[in-house]
Amino acid sequence: YGLLDEITNSAEEGMSLTHCNHAAFAVRRFSLWASSFHGSLFPHLTLSSDEMVAEFSQMLDWSDSALRSFAWHPHTDKFAVALLDDSIKIYKSNSSPTPTLKHRCQRSVCALQWKPLCGSALAVACQSCLLIWHVDPASLSTRPSSGCAQVLSHPGHSPITSIAWSPTGSLLVSASPVDTSMMVWDVAAESAVPLQRVGGGGVTYLSWSPDGSRLLAATPSALFRVWETRMWTCERWPCLKGSCQSACWSPDGGCLLLSMQGERVIYALTFSDLTGINNTYSSPVTAFFLMKNHLKQLFCPPFFSGSSFVLRAGDSQADNHPSVIAVFKTRSSPVFELLPCGFVMGEAGAEPRFMQFHPHFQHGALLTVCWSDGRISHVPFYFSSAGLLGGDSPQQALASNTTNPSSNKLYTEQIS
Amino acid sequence: MIKMFSLKQNCWFIRKVVIWRAVASIAWSVLLLPVTSAVFVLLSRFSLFHPIQWISECTSLLTASSTIFSLVVLCGVVLITGLFNLEFYTLVPSIPCSRMALLGTVLHPRQCVHSLVYCTMGMLVMWCASVTIGGRYSTLGIPCKQSESGEVVTCLNEYHLFLLLAGAFMGYSHSFLGVVKNMYYVSFQPIQQYKYPRFKGCLPMVVKCSVIQSLYSARNFAALYFFFGYVPKTWISSTLHLQIDSSLQPLDSLTGLLDFSLLYHLSISGTFLYFTWYLTVLLFRIYVTEAYSFPVQSTFTEDAEQCLPKVLAETNTLVMKFLALQDLALLSQHSLSRRLEVFSLSQPGGHPHNWNAISRECMSLLSELTQRLLAHQDAVASNGRVKSQSASIDTRSASSSSSGTEDVSETPRLSVPLRTPGSVFTSSVGGMHSALTAPFTPDVDSPFSSPAIRRLVGQQEPRSPWFGTVQSPHIMRRGPKLWSASTESQSNGSPPASPATVPSPPAANQKPSFLAQWLQNRREQVKSFLAKRVLIVYLFNKLPEASSQALFADSQAHIWALQGLSHLVAASFSEDQFGVVQTTLPSILSCLVVLLEAVDRHFKLPHASSKPVRTVCSMGDSTYKTLRFALRAALKTAIYKITTTFGEHLNAVNISTEHRKRLQQFLEFKE
Repeated sequence: YGLLDEITNSAEEGMSLTHCNHAAFAVRRFSLWASSFHGSLFPHLTLSSDEMVAEFSQMLDWSDSALRSFAWHPHTDKFAVALLDDSIKIYKSNSSPTPTLKHRCQRSVCALQWKPLCGSALAVACQSCLLIWHVDPASLSTRPSSGCAQVLSHPGHSPITSIAWSPTGSLLVSASPVDTSMMVWDVAAESAVPLQRVGGGGVTYLSWSPDGSRLLAATPSALFRVWETRMWTCERWPCLKGSCQSACWSPDGGCLLLSMQGERVIYALTFSDLTGINNTYSSPVTAFFLMKNHLKQLFCPPFFSGSSFVLRAGDSQADNHPSVIAVFKTRSSPVFELLPCGFVMGEAGAEPRFMQFHPHFQHGALLTVCWSDGRISHVPFYFSSAGLLGGDSPQQALASNTTNPSSNKLYTEQIS
Repeated sequence: MIKMFSLKQNCWFIRKVVIWRAVASIAWSVLLLPVTSAVFVLLSRFSLFHPIQWISECTSLLTASSTIFSLVVLCGVVLITGLFNLEFYTLVPSIPCSRMALLGTVLHPRQCVHSLVYCTMGMLVMWCASVTIGGRYSTLGIPCKQSESGEVVTCLNEYHLFLLLAGAFMGYSHSFLGVVKNMYYVSFQPIQQYKYPRFKGCLPMVVKCSVIQSLYSARNFAALYFFFGYVPKTWISSTLHLQIDSSLQPLDSLTGLLDFSLLYHLSISGTFLYFTWYLTVLLFRIYVTEAYSFPVQSTFTEDAEQCLPKVLAETNTLVMKFLALQDLALLSQHSLSRRLEVFSLSQPGGHPHNWNAISRECMSLLSELTQRLLAHQDAVASNGRVKSQSASIDTRSASSSSSGTEDVSETPRLSVPLRTPGSVFTSSVGGMHSALTAPFTPDVDSPFSSPAIRRLVGQQEPRSPWFGTVQSPHIMRRGPKLWSASTESQSNGSPPASPATVPSPPAANQKPSFLAQWLQNRREQVKSFLAKRVLIVYLFNKLPEASSQALFADSQAHIWALQGLSHLVAASFSEDQFGVVQTTLPSILSCLVVLLEAVDRHFKLPHASSKPVRTVCSMGDSTYKTLRFALRAALKTAIYKITTTFGEHLNAVNISTEHRKRLQQFLEFKE
């Protein structure tokens, strides 16, 4: 309504104030009516801002979760955790002070991501704006002032539910379920380029391929888009059923795994041409695993060319089935393959809410899981052989190491 | 103007690419004109209660001969606007450092011609608009009955005059804001898009801007007309022998102005006017900033000047240089085959000419920026030292000489600064007004601290205020360091460090005579007298952070150079078969680290790290205000890109220990 405000402001002198106000009022009424009409097309628009964040956050049961978001730094041993009281804590491996970030705009934190190729910048998706914290790694202060944070906002672009840095660290893309355009931010210049596609009614989830050539943008409707990031054109992918909940890319960016709402299937898209502009896609569904519950999160660790893991968290309401994390081995070399590997279970009553692989764990893979009781645990997987060919499974460690003092043992189970 | 055209056209790139892009953008603006006119007609005749009559009236009007004639006139306006865009556009914004400089820019003859032409065009467009709206607006003279005799005479139609004057006013304000808000500055987008999606994406912004601008202008014009409207009215009526109809309400009264339909038509026509101009500007920007792919190497020698290494070295054609750097940044990120061409060896001889030329050019760009920053820091630092009265000559000369030698050793090839061609206009303004502003180069913190200190300054730097431009007062206040550096560089046979040193007086190094001393003192007295006047202080006070913005005005080029270099170096880790990059890696790393140190020190200066105020909505591009932050981020990312790719291998690279320490920080992600 910036324009309307301008109208009412500039109407002060010499103009007939009442006429303008009437006009502004009429336009407001009309826009309200239009948005309600729009809301019947896209039901998610009738949700309140908090409900929307809870609906589209990657954290399961976001609203009552003690941990709101979690992010590993892409290059070093440190991670950021957003807590229920909207503060963010940064933990490092070497017992240095843990800075707590607070800002008056920092409400309903929905996503965190560290800037790649940078030691300090952390992007925070909030309810009203986007915050970029610059936390000096060398400083010993535990409460960085709010002057360390850049506030990026665009009218009509809130709440922000997903953010994605380009792997080169030069661009940041943010998405909001109410805004049909996603913003490509040049963070240092604080300028944004909106990329608008009307279909779908908004953008809920973004994921940048590790090689930086493609970007997945999921919408609240049964539709998602894959943008190529050279000329920023997109391909539409109408889904069969339900919206895209979560996705992950293979480390070389050639394969995309997706989970849909209400479906117990993992879809895989293979991008045959990695460098050219005219992409031809192979048949979309190559992997399918029927599970009891629908899938929520998928993550690939961005390392080890041959093998990686896909994980699945089920939120089961079924009585005898506690929520488990399923671990798959993947192989992309001749054709894309998923091999079931094992399950990770929490304590009795604890459900996994969020998980992420450590981006560069030296000895294998390190999975970090946020549980419903507020614990964060790290589950290391040690690879017995580098190749992992022929289906021999990695050795899973039975115990978990945590940086949190309140750690507990995890029950892991090996299947294959 | 004609001279500049001929000068620009010497380059093949202007002839073959830029001109055609401009022509295409103008053609599109002309093609879009009927559409915008139709929308304007629909809106201007809008009636809520008679929709069918409204539509039929509009369709008949759109095919009328008067509308066709208006369209022809509007086409002419768009053509002239397009030509002005082509003539005035700049890739490096001119940033006035004080209000006086801004005033000088606004009053410059070239700008006056511009304003005059835009006033005329505004009147023309408004004439077309008033003819299209019809009714009471259509003609300047209307028949009216005189009250006493009852005979019919031609009276002045004040509504028509009102719209025409509004057009002139809007034309002038467009031209004025064009200078103040750098309307002709063309910035590049952070992402690449095809022209049509980009146009579509920008269109709502343009509509919004033109509506807002038109409302502001309508308000201001209404106020202006309220107070001074009788002047043009009586003048027109007396020169054209038109009577003033006394039975009608005069418009320069409160009741006359509070006419809703008049104000509606005024703002609608104003929106149409601004939209036409903004659309032309937008299309021109989109066309000019479109990426151009230069060949890396060519098999034919006659095409050699069009290849990337040659084009990068070009300094006269700024557009070409910028587009070449952009192309370099793009190819380093997206195109494997073109990267391989960069890393390839020449066929007879086996020399990596392509890589050498490209890396040398990027590094000379970066080291030129380093030097500029160091010079600025020296200027500020020497001011600070004088202010604290601790100006010991020996330390200063020692520091200046050491930094001077450092400059020379760090930068094997001083390049001519980039800013020259883009701002011929401003530099000439600077030349004109430097005599005015030169005595007033007040400090950022305390402009006129105390007479004693100023006398000290005057004695120690007797020559400094006499040269330099408004555009770059930091160079002007460089003091002894500038002098030593420039003489050194000249003795080394390389071009001078900055254009500002060229017009320096030959008597600069002589000792000031008694007469000069006396003059100096008088000057100081005049200065301290003037310094107490509020208006003078207001006009000559330096705008905060303007010097910082001016330093980084062309930093888009540096950002691309950084991106291109870092991505090429990172790609060479796996793609460079012959190891051509390895030989230049130490110099690239040290160049980046030296620049990083200079940038870090620059951000410690006052006002350097303060964020500019966000402008709400205007067509003027304000990205140049944040370029320094973008440059710092790009620099750090570039170093990180190299360090993360090479990792521990960097220990084998031959660089100095200080630089290695700094790079170690990057390896540990502590920056």
